[in-house]
Amino acid sequence: MKKDEVPQDGDNLHHGTFRQLFYAVDQSGDYTTATSIGWEPENVALSQAWDEVEQRVANTKAKVDAGDVSPIAYYMERTLLDLPLLALKAGKFQWQVKRHMKPGVFKALSDNMIARYAEIFGIPFQTLRSGELLPFKRPA
Amino acid sequence: MTQFSHTQTAHCESGVISNLFGHYGLHISEPMAFGIGAGIFFGHLPFVKVNGVPGTTYRIWPGAIFSRACKRLGVEMESHKFSNVDKAMKALDQLLDQGVPVGMQSSVYYLPYFPESYRFHFNAHNLVIYGKEGDDYLVSDPIMDTVTRIDTENLIRARFAKGFPAPKGKMYYPVNVPQEVDFREPVKAGIAQACHYMLKIPIPMFGVKGIRFLANRMKDYPSKLGDRRAALYLGNVIRMQEEIGTGGAGFRFMYAAFLQEAGTLLNRQELKDIGRELTSVGDGWRNFAFAAGRVCKARAADNMSYGELSKMLLQIADEEEKVFRRLSTVKL
Repeated sequence: MKKDEVPQDGDNLHHGTFRQLFYAVDQSGDYTTATSIGWEPENVALSQAWDEVEQRVANTKAKVDAGDVSPIAYYMERTLLDLPLLALKAGKFQWQVKRHMKPGVFKALSDNMIARYAEIFGIPFQTLRSGELLPFKRPA
Repeated sequence: MTQFSHTQTAHCESGVISNLFGHYGLHISEPMAFGIGAGIFFGHLPFVKVNGVPGTTYRIWPGAIFSRACKRLGVEMESHKFSNVDKAMKALDQLLDQGVPVGMQSSVYYLPYFPESYRFHFNAHNLVIYGKEGDDYLVSDPIMDTVTRIDTENLIRARFAKGFPAPKGKMYYPVNVPQEVDFREPVKAGIAQACHYMLKIPIPMFGVKGIRFLANRMKDYPSKLGDRRAALYLGNVIRMQEEIGTGGAGFRFMYAAFLQEAGTLLNRQELKDIGRELTSVGDGWRNFAFAAGRVCKARAADNMSYGELSKMLLQIADEEEKVFRRLSTVKL
């Protein structure tokens, strides 16, 4: 990659402030560095990853509203976690966390357990206890 | 207050090496650290999934560049992990009081100064803490263009994020840094190891073979996974290639920059020539990412486009193999 080919495809994902360093060759073919505000393929892939998160959050919200799963499932998606990772963070087995995703089991969870989940999800205890679903804000 | 000279780098691990060693008077560029640490690699791991998407890596596993570079350069590091948060923070504060900048492993998700769009659960990010002011720690994050800061609460979260790999409060700092190091032998050892890893690991997922392995799987993505998941798998291949702290074609260019520096150091034109060849392989990776980005964006996948991408990868594999075969025959 030549220095003048270092991509400058900014988009709002970088907030226009973040510059990444690249190694590129100058006129005489020697390596130098240049900063980049972004690159189209990376922006596409990153924005696709967020589309996916957004969709999963929306799907899970619909399931919570329908009474199929508990808010634990919703906040897992909202916090970009998957089951193995959430189980690790909660210090539980995956089957236990899965159980906590059943609305009935969720209601009977101890305050301690709810507090632990709330901490992982970065939300207030009362919000999770009451089953309120805070909106998901995709980075813009 | 400790003075710490921060230089922005392309990759966190080689960047921390360069910044931290430089603090003690051992001046080493990022590409040199990357090359001596034999950082270049390729791996595709269909069984290691994050959010259901298989992992792809363009460099060696986290920590390897560091340990190899230290060993080859004769730098002695002290490294600690903690199970207790208070102890971990106290140990950090004590070192900072003594004016010791401390490297540590962290989770990107909890770093408030990162652009939000990059903050996924990636737990192997390296940064340096070099001071404390009130409740804030002063951060030299090699990916950022300038020094920044982080509050205590978020630093604790970042240091003790659970998951894989779990940082467990890991921190490290040099205790003995030689002032005069002859880079020649470390460079030779680094090159030999990189060639070995790219060419000789008898497992199909790793090295040049790994690129072919990915190519063969990629052509079947649409038929095996359906449009949506195929695009997700593909998107992840690009993201792992380019995203901060990983930078795939970035790693090819960085290694080429290393070969150029090594060529000058050892006075071997051949190394510089091989560096040029690797630069064009890097350009091949960029073309691939560009085409893959288009396929991702189109969403409605057809076997045709994935077949084309697969062919591009096979060609990259051939060219990368040529580069490392040639490199392995250079008598150093």
